[in-house]
Amino acid sequence: MRAVSTAETATTIHPWAVHAEALKVRAGRHLAVDGLDLSLGTGVHGLLGRNGAGKTTLMRAIATVLKPAGGRLTLLGSSVDGRADLRQARRALGYLPQHFGYYPRFTVREFVSYMAWLKEMPKRDIPAATQRAIDRVGLSAKADAKLRTLSGGMLRRAGVAQAIVNDPQVLLLDEPTVGLDPEQRLDLRELLRDLGTDACVLVSTHLVEDVVAACTEVVLINEGQLVWQGTPAALAEQGDERHPGDSPAERGYSALLRSHLAEATR
Amino acid sequence: MTTHPTLNEIARYADGDPGLDEATVWSIEVHLESCADCRARLAGSTTAESRALVAEVAAAVDRGIAAGPAPRSRSFFRTPVRQRWFVAALLPWVAMTAGVLGTAALLTYFLSELPSIVLLLAPLAPLPGVAVAWSRLGDPAWELIVGTPSAGLTMLLRRTAGVLALVIPVLAAFAVLGASRADPALMLLPCLAFTAATLLLGSLVGVHRAAIGLMAAWAAAVVAPSLATAELPVLLQPPATGGWVVVTVVLAALTLLRAHSFRRLTSF
Repeated sequence: MRAVSTAETATTIHPWAVHAEALKVRAGRHLAVDGLDLSLGTGVHGLLGRNGAGKTTLMRAIATVLKPAGGRLTLLGSSVDGRADLRQARRALGYLPQHFGYYPRFTVREFVSYMAWLKEMPKRDIPAATQRAIDRVGLSAKADAKLRTLSGGMLRRAGVAQAIVNDPQVLLLDEPTVGLDPEQRLDLRELLRDLGTDACVLVSTHLVEDVVAACTEVVLINEGQLVWQGTPAALAEQGDERHPGDSPAERGYSALLRSHLAEATR
Repeated sequence: MTTHPTLNEIARYADGDPGLDEATVWSIEVHLESCADCRARLAGSTTAESRALVAEVAAAVDRGIAAGPAPRSRSFFRTPVRQRWFVAALLPWVAMTAGVLGTAALLTYFLSELPSIVLLLAPLAPLPGVAVAWSRLGDPAWELIVGTPSAGLTMLLRRTAGVLALVIPVLAAFAVLGASRADPALMLLPCLAFTAATLLLGSLVGVHRAAIGLMAAWAAAVVAPSLATAELPVLLQPPATGGWVVVTVVLAALTLLRAHSFRRLTSF
């Protein structure tokens, strides 16, 4: 049993964990996110879209790494666009970038606790939180191994561990399943479902099956705009036998994308 | 704080008396958590049975500690882990800076008809280090770092201070050894002014781009002409000292005003 802090029992006064209105974000000169409206509450949200649809740029903007070029972006009730103070929102954020860099000489434990320190966690909580995060991603046996000795899948899990070390309320995972073997992917889905019970988790992926298995909601974007948002079951209902795909969800995905593209070109 | 339970209640609690109702047990436990005196009273009224249990647990814990792995020895360097990568990433750059300054000192010594090359290059000495300390090339985890609450001017200043702590002693050593034939203040002040200018310009275009730009500009506008004419520029003659102080202070103040722009990726 552990003591519950006042911050944990405080009532939430914001309707959405992540709220974007007409959000515009640049990736270089290109406007990769162009007028996106999105509201995400508690749960696991799967972000689907083709290559270049703006998934990574959207992730970076929500992670407060990139500054929006226009529109409004609110995280946990505090605005994070323009010159806003980002500290409060960033403390409640967890972020795994698509290509995450790391210090090859660090051990998994050093890396995760360094990130916990950067996230301004209380010093005495860091060792326990680090151990818990490493245990949750199943890297306990490798906790004291140097990062450069780890395989791709293990590195990915170390990345997930640093993202969840501060028990974030908004967790952003950009393609977390890359390089994981089938069994580890099942474990990760389990972890996502667990995290999604009390946090807003946004997972970007290309694998429709992962979304169906682990997510409570699907967000489909294209050309930087929201195409569709709904439950995995509703996604499966969108398609029928005429659409390409090996599962109902894949058929629904291609049906939505095709009808959107047909509308856009009309 | 809740009221102290009576001695009788504590004794019954220690005995595990089934007659004590749950609400009383809870209130005693809540009180015990915050009251050292009552915990001491509880220790006095424990039964032989529970003392034996505690002793058994203590022995088991001791056995576990003796059988388990030894505590890990402190890691190399004895520095916190967060500084270790930083020092490792910077050392090659500082070594390069020292090498360039050493070569400049040799040239100054042998080519006495030219102005002091050490003095001409001193303002640029910290810039390679500052550029590496805050760039995507120097810090592999830049995307993780820049999304954390600690990212910002404070972190940049801490890293810059680390660079200066490594570079300034090198410069000071050259000044003391007399290799530069120059006033130490005129070696160190431009150095600080250029560091502040890099940070200020870096808030607009990114720190490493600012460092490269300033190095190129200084080399083209001051170093090359003064080597060509074999005369020390006015900027680096003793009367200019006051000007460098003013410039440093102003640039540092302007950098502080632009603190917000270091929280995003654009400054990396």
